Amino acid sequence: MEFHLDGRSGVAPYLQLIHQVRQGLRLGVLEEGDQLPTVKEVAAGLAINPNTVLKAYRELEYQGLVAARPGIGTFVTGKLGGASLAAHAPLRRDLRRWLTKARRAGLDDESIEALFQSTFRSAAEEDIA
Amino acid sequence: MSAVIETQGLGKRYQRKWALSDCTLSIPAGHVVGLVGPNGAGKSTLMNLAVGLLAPTAGTIEVLGRPPAAGAALARVGYLAQDAPVYRALSVADHLKLGARLNPDWDAGLARSRVERLGLDPHQKAGTLSGGQRAQLALTLAAAKRPQLLILDEPVASLDPLARREFLQDLMESTAEHELSVVLSSHLIGDLERVCDYLIVLVGSKVRVTGTVEELLATHHLLTGQRRDPDSLPAGLAVVSASHTDKQTTLLVRTGGQVFDPTWIVSEVTLEDLVLAYMSQAVGQAGRRNHHLEVHQ
Repeated sequence: MEFHLDGRSGVAPYLQLIHQVRQGLRLGVLEEGDQLPTVKEVAAGLAINPNTVLKAYRELEYQGLVAARPGIGTFVTGKLGGASLAAHAPLRRDLRRWLTKARRAGLDDESIEALFQSTFRSAAEEDIA
Repeated sequence: MSAVIETQGLGKRYQRKWALSDCTLSIPAGHVVGLVGPNGAGKSTLMNLAVGLLAPTAGTIEVLGRPPAAGAALARVGYLAQDAPVYRALSVADHLKLGARLNPDWDAGLARSRVERLGLDPHQKAGTLSGGQRAQLALTLAAAKRPQLLILDEPVASLDPLARREFLQDLMESTAEHELSVVLSSHLIGDLERVCDYLIVLVGSKVRVTGTVEELLATHHLLTGQRRDPDSLPAGLAVVSASHTDKQTTLLVRTGGQVFDPTWIVSEVTLEDLVLAYMSQAVGQAGRRNHHLEVHQ
């Protein structure tokens, strides 16, 4: 697992770190038992304040996703997505096929994103209703 | 945690002009402190007072619990002056030897491994190193002293972006490894956003605001709304900066709580907004006594 930071996103660095761990868990890149990079490694790699990394790890611990073992490191203990991970591959294939279709129909990246988001939102609203 | 630097009404005058005045600060240990302000605001003066290179004209300063002039405190303070001065005619290895002789707690292993990792040739004269290499050598000397407090005066100002990133990576690694407290001055707010968790804004020889970055961002808000007189604001809001167009007023305010007035659009501030707002306040405004919570109207 390697972290990266978007300096222009306006999202606080510790939130970016939390998001990346959660995303890793959702996509199966991180699994139970995996060790996160040490605070020193992240601070040195990204040139960020070690307290920022500590804060992110503490928050992840609070969310029940990781646990710190003093003197050893921080390890993944929780799951996100869980069993649904198996469904990722076929869904991704479908999505790819759909993307190819959308491109063929002449949609650019921005239109594809807009279409996806508006469909996503209206589907979510119908589910609630 | 205890304070690494504590000042009471600290001031320094050069002939008639006060370079720093009425400065009361208490910087807790375990932070990377960003010291920002325009040129001539008093940043270097404050740092020089902290390392005992200058004596105060007024007030007191204690570093790691002692006056810096006592010497004993200085053994635990590392200092990097502007432009990373090194002895041009001495080799890299000579610098390490000198460091070992002059510092009781010298960490020779740390110095050697850093020089190796940086790819510096021990026999090369310091005068022929690049700006980035010189800064790295100077940081190596300061870090191998194994200080509790590291004071850096614009350490990355003269470095190219890559050298700057490498320098800050190294600094953050040392901070994580040795539980250092760091005070550094810089004009590069992007760098400060990454590395600092505590901020001091100095303008016109006075401290304008200090605190942890987290607290400062939580207590400052940007308000936009229909043009109006800032005097009509509810109590408890202190205006840091105000700008107006024909129809609109934008205010950067400091407040202990939330802003509930629905006639304003409230948005979060970035560290850059905050620093610029305090820096753009007219120089020479009358200061108040309590600098910890000082807000100028």
